[in-house]
Amino acid sequence: MPHTDSAGLLLLPLFLPLLGFLSILFIDREQEKAIKYVTLIFSMLTFFASLPLWFMFNDGLDGFQFYTNISWIPSLDAGFRTGIDGMSLLLVLLTTFIMPISILSSFESIKKKHKEYYAMLLLLEFGMLGVFVSLDTMLFYVFWELILIPMYFLIGIWGGKDRIYAAVKFFLYTLVGSLLMLIAIVWMGLYAKWLPGGHFTTDFLILKQLAPGIPLDIQIWLFLAFALSFCIKVPLFPFHTWLPDAHVQAPTAGSVILAGVLLKMGTYGLIRFNLELFPQSLHLFAQPLAWLSVIGIIYGALVAMVQTDIKKLVAYSSVSHLGFVVLGIVSVTPEGLQGAIIQMVNHGLSTGMLFLCVGVLYERRHTREISEFGGITKVMPKFAVMFTIAMMASVGLPGLNGFIGEYLTLFGSFQSKFLNNPWFSIFSASGVIFAAVYLLWMFQRVMFGTNDNPKNHTLTDLTRSEYWQLVPLVIFIVWIGVYPKTFLSRSELYAQTLVGSIEKTVFGTSAYPKIKAIEVDASAVKKAGH
Amino acid sequence: MAELIYLVPLLPLIGFFIIGFFGKKLHNEKLIGGIASAAVGGAFLVAVGIFMQLLGEAPEARTHIIRLFPWIHTGALSIDIAYQVDQLSILYTLIITGIGTLIHIYSIGYMHGDKSFPRFFAYLNLFVFMMLNLVLANNFVLTFLGWEGVGLCSYLLIGFWYDRTFEGSHIVWTGDAAKKAFIVNRIGDFGVLIAMFLIFWRFGSLDYATVNTMAATQGVDAGLITAITLLLFLGCTGKSAQIPLGVWLPDAMAGPTPVSALIHAATMVTAGIFLIARNSTLFALSHTTMAVITGVGITTALIAATVGIVQNDIKKVLAYSTVSQLGFMFIALGVGAYTAAVFHVMTHAFFKALLFLGSGSVIHGMHEEQDIQKMGGLKKYMPQTYITFLLGTIAIAGIFPFAGFFSKDEILWYAFLNGSPILWGAGVLAALFTAFYMFRLLYLTFHGEERFDHHHVHPHESPATMTIPLWILAILSVFGGFLGIPKALSFGADINLLEHWLHPIFHDAHEILAKSHGEHAHSLELEWGLMAGSLGIAVIGILFATSLYKKSSSKPDELAAKNKGLYSLLWNKYWVDEIYHAVIVRPTYTMSLEALWKIFDIKVIDGIVNGSARSIATWAESIRKIQSGIAQNYALLMMIGIVGIIAWMVLG
Repeated sequence: MPHTDSAGLLLLPLFLPLLGFLSILFIDREQEKAIKYVTLIFSMLTFFASLPLWFMFNDGLDGFQFYTNISWIPSLDAGFRTGIDGMSLLLVLLTTFIMPISILSSFESIKKKHKEYYAMLLLLEFGMLGVFVSLDTMLFYVFWELILIPMYFLIGIWGGKDRIYAAVKFFLYTLVGSLLMLIAIVWMGLYAKWLPGGHFTTDFLILKQLAPGIPLDIQIWLFLAFALSFCIKVPLFPFHTWLPDAHVQAPTAGSVILAGVLLKMGTYGLIRFNLELFPQSLHLFAQPLAWLSVIGIIYGALVAMVQTDIKKLVAYSSVSHLGFVVLGIVSVTPEGLQGAIIQMVNHGLSTGMLFLCVGVLYERRHTREISEFGGITKVMPKFAVMFTIAMMASVGLPGLNGFIGEYLTLFGSFQSKFLNNPWFSIFSASGVIFAAVYLLWMFQRVMFGTNDNPKNHTLTDLTRSEYWQLVPLVIFIVWIGVYPKTFLSRSELYAQTLVGSIEKTVFGTSAYPKIKAIEVDASAVKKAGH
Repeated sequence: MAELIYLVPLLPLIGFFIIGFFGKKLHNEKLIGGIASAAVGGAFLVAVGIFMQLLGEAPEARTHIIRLFPWIHTGALSIDIAYQVDQLSILYTLIITGIGTLIHIYSIGYMHGDKSFPRFFAYLNLFVFMMLNLVLANNFVLTFLGWEGVGLCSYLLIGFWYDRTFEGSHIVWTGDAAKKAFIVNRIGDFGVLIAMFLIFWRFGSLDYATVNTMAATQGVDAGLITAITLLLFLGCTGKSAQIPLGVWLPDAMAGPTPVSALIHAATMVTAGIFLIARNSTLFALSHTTMAVITGVGITTALIAATVGIVQNDIKKVLAYSTVSQLGFMFIALGVGAYTAAVFHVMTHAFFKALLFLGSGSVIHGMHEEQDIQKMGGLKKYMPQTYITFLLGTIAIAGIFPFAGFFSKDEILWYAFLNGSPILWGAGVLAALFTAFYMFRLLYLTFHGEERFDHHHVHPHESPATMTIPLWILAILSVFGGFLGIPKALSFGADINLLEHWLHPIFHDAHEILAKSHGEHAHSLELEWGLMAGSLGIAVIGILFATSLYKKSSSKPDELAAKNKGLYSLLWNKYWVDEIYHAVIVRPTYTMSLEALWKIFDIKVIDGIVNGSARSIATWAESIRKIQSGIAQNYALLMMIGIVGIIAWMVLG
């Protein structure tokens, strides 16, 4: 039962980027400065507009909040249905938080077609927010596909030397997955129609009620269609090869957004669709998915280790890190799921920060080859501090954010009734060792030693702008590491309720949810129209 | 007073932030060093106050749990930032903050003029904060935070002089040594991580008190408890540099010498002993683990001691000595002599910190020279360093009544009593080597002819900020042993203060062990005999070193030439680093590069992706030709289509 109170609060941050996008279109392309600052202001406004959500969101309420339901395509019963729960709240805030930082990081590095570039960034933000708030499968699909366009251009126009190959690869990979998802969405709509007295619908809340009734042999196909689409996006091993190319070619801001937010659409989808809609199929596929996660964690780390390009190294590290998220998801424990959700945020912050750091180096040297560097600490001491923090967060050092996520996902998968096999966790934990290997080794070669390369003798330390792009990230990296309760408490009820309902479906009983949702009087439910 | 325990870690943390943020702007070494020292010194004073309070309480009532705030609360997990003040943690706290303060003060002199002076003290304060969390935690996860946190500080401080080179196997820069330390420790941490999951799986909690009480009262399945304790022990072998993960410690000497004293001798490396002492009940429940600990301890003690004999880097000798002494502590833990282990942690902290700081004073006075073959005759140039170093050397050699004698002898006694005569013999052998290499070090450094270049090196005594800490540690090294006087030497009076103090902590573990092993009969005559034996052997070691090294001679070289194979084995540290590199590091790297990335990622996966894209393109290219724009062809195709459909409808 969704809660419709203050629904407008969600629409404001959702549409502000679109408004920004449209405004940019009306600015003369010669007005570079105006374009930059209008974009920045719109992204900041979006962030501030999303803050009330954080403060007004009620942890104790079960179901979606700030719910809106506006008719859109009546013949398909596709509606503009939006709302958020604890998980989407965190991801919405992550998105609105990361965007101003990525926009700021583009001011110096983007040298051509400013108007198109900044317009694309705002369109991208609109799409990403849309994905996280959609409660209608058709709407979700539209936002999901909308993102492909700006991202394709970001890589294809402002990217590096092999940008076209990378852009096409990114586009095709994702498209293959999403076509299957579209089929699944249409099939589910039809299923609603085939029921006695039913009609075609894309209302997520209705489909969620109907989904358990779908025959298991068909559920499996639907599950796989959704899962493939999401696993490509994550990307889960072995669907990951688009990611290193996309990252290496994308401009810094593109990488930050890609790692920071875009990949989370995949893991978000896994939870929202695969877990919420098809618990029984999940029980069949949890183990294979867990194996792929484990392989991805170790494989990603080992391949990251042998990279000579820093950005590619960080890209492969994402494959490894996202493996933890998927492992946490398929563990179907509150700890694992909470770990997965917080790890989505963590990865956005720490890998985003790593990409910003790589960008800082690239800006100065126009290369990312590790062997080109050495002893950089001497000329860039402030940068060294920031780079160290980003690295340690990624390594999963306790006290910083990465530890909370990794610990919880590993903990969850170890104790999981669903996976029922501690070896997933044990194998994955070795990824923690490898993470130290590839990151520290890279750091050693780039930052330590003597500054021998004459080209590096005169590198300047962080500019004021670069410094202030990184500081907000550091604050949250430490905050989540020291006092994760602020964030965990937002999605606790959601995670426990979801685990409870899945366990009840699969095992018949469940100890969850242990915390009770606040009772809401019936009139409020009626207003929501369900 | 105990509720003020949060101040103890908080003060160094504040120091870290002040120096970290404003250190560069202060432009004043004395002020920076003063703030850092005051932060740790203040923590020491608070700890002393709390210790006084505990003294006034009944022994069973000395445990205080102070909860600060919730940390990881989700699902079934509820982990708090909470401290456990008790006899064990306060003792460790006193050692950490007490010796920490001395080393901070010493560092003001030692690091004088270093361009990164503030950074050094910021790291040092951060280390103390992390170390205190490690020992004060009331649960495994918070200890793990400290555990990895000290690893971070160790990493940062080993690589402190990041642009300097350092000699080691596959090591070029100090940063390589730092990285090695962190990664090797991570392997151990992996064990701790899995152990925590198993513990929660069995006990449903990660609080020390809950877990150990449950284990004592309910008992645990033998296989499970062995797995848990062995995994925890894996972590200990990392942090406390035991076989098989001990390889990082000698290379950790790349860091500034005060770091070696504080982190890599007195405190951090004893974290492994702490973890086992903290969970003595769990460990006592597994015979297998206890045996493994004993085995690893004695093997490490012997191997490290033998390697120490031939090293020429003053700090590396001390590093191998540390590894060897830590081995002694593990022997104690393995035979259930928990108090003896903690006792040796304490005395070792005194004399090893002293020896490292002394070596730092030497290095300082010798303009960064560390090779003892290029020293000699220094005692007339640096008399205070010499005397204090001598006192430390006697203490570590285990000569009565210096501190090392009491703690080492207690370990050997229990090795005999609860272990076996062979274990005792091996321990005594390690003690013999210890006495030998320490006096070799002393003689080569301070006695004999001056082998340094008088034109370039002008040895001088260090300033008072450095010598005063030396003297304080020297006094502790001389008298510190009196805290644990055994019955055999007290004429029957029961004045082993440390044993009484720690008794409630190890009570459960001792009961479990007594139940399974039975009490061993104490015989005073036997204890005296063994004591005399080990003392005599230590003296033999000293005399042997004296004959070889006190006066410069060619005897050592001749000895080495005669036993070429053995010498080469020791000189190359049993080739452990080389073996690890050839068996683990190289193959993993090659496999990842050649098989995983170049073949699987690029050829297989991308091959399939690009291949299918290409085949679709080829296919599209061929059917594109159908759209030729020639109307006749379209008509023909339509005809074929119609015929086809009719045929299907008729036949199907």
